[in-house]
Amino acid sequence: MEPINSVTSVMTPLDRKNVDTDQIISKEFLKRIERTGFGKYLFYHWRFDSEGNANTEFVLNDPRFEASQILVADENFGCGSSREHAPWAILDYGFRVVIAPGFADIFYSNCFKNGILPIRLTQSEIDSLLADGQKNPIELTVNLEKQTVTRHDTGAILPFNIDPYSRQMLLNGWDEISLTFQYEDQITAYEERMAR
Amino acid sequence: MVKTIIEKVWDRHVVTEEEGKPDLLYIDLHLLHEVTSPQAFEGLRLAGRQVRRPERCYATMDHNVPTRNVETVSDPIAQKQMTTLEKNCEEFGIELAHMTHPDQGIVHIIGPELGLTQPGRTIVCGDSHTSTHGAFGAIAFGIGTSEVEHVLSTQTLWQNRPKTMEVKISGELGTGVTAKDVILAVIAKFGIDVGTGHIIEFTGEAIRNLSMEERMTICNMSIEAGAKAGLISPDETTVEYLRGRRHVPEGEAFEAAAAEWLALATDEGAVYDTTLTLDSTEIEPYVTWGTNPAMGTGISGRVPYASDYASPSDKEALKKAIAYMGLEEGMLLSDISIQHVFIGSCTNARLSDLRAAAAIVEGQQVHPTVTAIVVPGSRSVKRLAEQEGLDEVFKAAGFEWRESGCSMCLAMNDDVVPSGERCASTSNRNFEGRQGAGARTHLVSPAMAAAAAIAGRFTDIRKVPALQG
Repeated sequence: MEPINSVTSVMTPLDRKNVDTDQIISKEFLKRIERTGFGKYLFYHWRFDSEGNANTEFVLNDPRFEASQILVADENFGCGSSREHAPWAILDYGFRVVIAPGFADIFYSNCFKNGILPIRLTQSEIDSLLADGQKNPIELTVNLEKQTVTRHDTGAILPFNIDPYSRQMLLNGWDEISLTFQYEDQITAYEERMAR
Repeated sequence: MVKTIIEKVWDRHVVTEEEGKPDLLYIDLHLLHEVTSPQAFEGLRLAGRQVRRPERCYATMDHNVPTRNVETVSDPIAQKQMTTLEKNCEEFGIELAHMTHPDQGIVHIIGPELGLTQPGRTIVCGDSHTSTHGAFGAIAFGIGTSEVEHVLSTQTLWQNRPKTMEVKISGELGTGVTAKDVILAVIAKFGIDVGTGHIIEFTGEAIRNLSMEERMTICNMSIEAGAKAGLISPDETTVEYLRGRRHVPEGEAFEAAAAEWLALATDEGAVYDTTLTLDSTEIEPYVTWGTNPAMGTGISGRVPYASDYASPSDKEALKKAIAYMGLEEGMLLSDISIQHVFIGSCTNARLSDLRAAAAIVEGQQVHPTVTAIVVPGSRSVKRLAEQEGLDEVFKAAGFEWRESGCSMCLAMNDDVVPSGERCASTSNRNFEGRQGAGARTHLVSPAMAAAAAIAGRFTDIRKVPALQG
């Protein structure tokens, strides 16, 4: 997994609540047996019409946000299906950070396994980012070590919090399974205790 | 110290707890299917790792399987996913109910049927509706593919201890009001993210009176309220459901297990982080009108008006939803015509669901403009239904009677609702495009779906003659 610490990029404002994983990656793209190559299908039915033409109204098709690595959305992002294809698509498309007032539990957890940083900011901070960011592109700097998001337009520094375990995983790009193998004796002891 | 069942089951599965880390939680049962597992097995192979406890894994094919003819899969990519699962199970020594096996079915239906699902267990699967198994008093939750790989190689997961939430359903359910209506009402009232970070325990008289199959419907849709998991304390109903099932102990060992299961129930006086209450007399047969499961109301109700909402973003969400759904503000739900009916899914495709639907359609005809299918949740459900002649009832009324699988719940196989058409569905999600690009889904109970198939529009099940004593 690619470590992540500091990301500076224009943010993509996706002004929607309750974005579910069916929208992030539609089921017709779940049949692949690889982890890669899902980026072109991200938000497919919002990006393209039924003939495959780009929907120019949709924010991902706005050229101002083309190089964006930071997606900002409204509350309860990633609800619904547990499909990890959703973070795979987000990452493969080029986003490293997703910012929202709140995330659904499984999606939130899936992000950390793939080197994506999911950041919770307050509703009013998000409202302001979404409103301003749709008018004029806003550059943000996200720093995981310091747990801050800096707005380049206003200079505002927005603090966030990631639990220390998940923070270390992302900063170091650790493979969680290797880490867990260090607890093999405890796992075996647990199994023996339960077998009695 | 008094504890909730959530704390009791969690505590006994903690392998280690350390300051600054989540708990390392032991997983008793790992269910697998073809869509979310291939990348996990590939990860094991690339790292040269083994499956730690293959006997604690059980796999089946459900998401992609065809429901017309299980011998031929027309989609080569879907076929490859199934062949891959077969190879992976063989290589790593995992029991598989293949698409043609008599035990095959939707993973959340066969777990309980086979007695793999038991009270007090921790159960995971790469599928969000794993919460279904909580009906037995298990902690059961959906995981991503990286976590599938983690469980395969370590039989554990790092998990932050969730908060506890009680959702109490008081009183008795009215005639024609089902478990599906209860959970849709809970989600509509409290919201699709009310459960985030929590495990919900469903309690109250209305819950106690439910059968195991009905309890599974409730717990199944806990995830639609955003919960990590949903569960119900075991009681005699739980014990009697499990007695005699293939993977539960027999004889005296069963009685001993049953005593342990009953002791898991939440202690009198235990405290939850949050308690919510819903009076069951408020609950009508439900129909969703929007594009998430909280966007629903009783059958006597209407699609909301934008003016019903205070916040601009809620008004905007309503407008987007009804534009997608092709509905008007203030429209009566009973004025909505449908073209498709799907009776199936891990929410509502058990024998009692099919019986409830069959009771409505018996002697009736599917409306000429409606295409209606029944997809039993498992091959076992299908066999039992056929023994009772339910298949004949459905077929005589004009329903198609299919093989088991996830089918039109997520439309990964050929069972797709065409764009712009409307489906009364007993499944769990009405998200945009869920049943096919541009398809419009309304979530309902099996009886409400059956009544809609006959009438060609939504109709109040309480007024249908079959229910008039």
